[in-house]
Amino acid sequence: MSAAVGESTAGGQSARPAHAGQVGFARTVRALLRKELLVELRTLESVPGMSLFALSTFVVFHFALNRGSVEGDLAAGILWVTLLFAAILGVNRLFVADAEQGGFDGFLLAPVDRSALLLAKVLTLLAYLVVLELIAVPAFSILLLGPPVGGALPGLIATLALADVGVAVIGTLVAALAVQTRARDLLGPLLALPLFVPIVIGAARATEPLLVSAHRGEPAARWLATLGVYDLLFGLIAFALFDFLLED
Amino acid sequence: MSFPPETAALELSGVVRRYGERDALSGVDATVSSGQTLVVFGPNGAGKTTLLRVLATLLRPHEGHVAVLGCALPDEAWAVRGRIGLLAHEPLLYRELTARENLRYHARLHGTAEERVDELLAAVRMSRRADEPLRTLSRGMVQRVAIARTVLHEPELLLLDEPYANLDPAAVELVAPLIGPSAGRARVLCSHDPGGGLAEADVVLGLRGGRPVLLAEASSVTGAEITELYR
Repeated sequence: MSAAVGESTAGGQSARPAHAGQVGFARTVRALLRKELLVELRTLESVPGMSLFALSTFVVFHFALNRGSVEGDLAAGILWVTLLFAAILGVNRLFVADAEQGGFDGFLLAPVDRSALLLAKVLTLLAYLVVLELIAVPAFSILLLGPPVGGALPGLIATLALADVGVAVIGTLVAALAVQTRARDLLGPLLALPLFVPIVIGAARATEPLLVSAHRGEPAARWLATLGVYDLLFGLIAFALFDFLLED
Repeated sequence: MSFPPETAALELSGVVRRYGERDALSGVDATVSSGQTLVVFGPNGAGKTTLLRVLATLLRPHEGHVAVLGCALPDEAWAVRGRIGLLAHEPLLYRELTARENLRYHARLHGTAEERVDELLAAVRMSRRADEPLRTLSRGMVQRVAIARTVLHEPELLLLDEPYANLDPAAVELVAPLIGPSAGRARVLCSHDPGGGLAEADVVLGLRGGRPVLLAEASSVTGAEITELYR
């Protein structure tokens, strides 16, 4: 068998891809995403930690505030600050396996568009955030909210989606920068938190009317638009900068 | 020593690479023709790994001329990626994934048919352990999987950093058709083994402190000269 492979190797043509052309962008993103999710499923290093952190924080707030329930701006603030700190845990781990196990070099040696790594990591972090929120938001509702969110759920989902995109894009950019340094555990949060502030403001303001128990309103359109513009802005910045972060 | 430029797999001229103020490589010259093997000797810290990383497009040269497979680096690095196979100290594999999952991942990144994964797992006799996480395998087994990864996409140039480390004699024989001279590819091989390295070499480069102290055809170099590099 080995001889056969050796012969094929010497000939060098049997399974060779067309070197002139790169592997397709979508195919690369799929390969990366599949690998990311497989590694997380095996290690369970990010999502369980993020979820446990959020749950613990809600429990702490439940006892520390010493009141039956919270609502309005206080509830929105607790929800978003907790989600963003939980997200930081995922951001810090996002590139660790690649940096420690040579995954970066393996990727950089492949004839692929490097932006595929950006998109795959953003999608990975988005997946982590969705799982986090599927656990954390019901827990928040049980531990801290009064009446269930009910009819305000579509507005809450829209706000979560827009905020998640921003967190995922900024988190990926910051993680790619921080992982190249020795102080990555410190640098990641230090860089990410200031950039997350507009997301906290926008998401908390958009969520606030949804969490008033007397009258569940709609998310303020201007805050949703603010989140959308911020997502777009950082999406473009990330796309422009990401290749440089991977360069020597 | 000169090779026809039209067949050069590798051309280095006055290559300098620094880490901060320190020269990791300084004034390195070499030319390697297609199908030839350049063996690089030198003590730890001599610049061997840095040289391989420059050739692999992972580090930019700060001065000098580097052409790999006819493409000038770093400007045409994009045209070289996918045509070289790097076997580094690190296996460039994920410990939590199995050998098969790792190789499939790399096959997808290189646009290589996935049947080649099974073919190579058999070639390095890892089919039986192919579905176990890499972290459960011995270092020699991981090295065999890393060798399979290196040749997965049929590279034209192999960059091998102590490729036989952790391999027993039977495994060395096993991987010879893939990365040995009989594979017919141009190779740059870093070695600390004067006898074994010279046996594989067409051209020898000796480095010390990042500087070239020996560049000659292998037939004119003795084991004693290589041993002297380490004193």
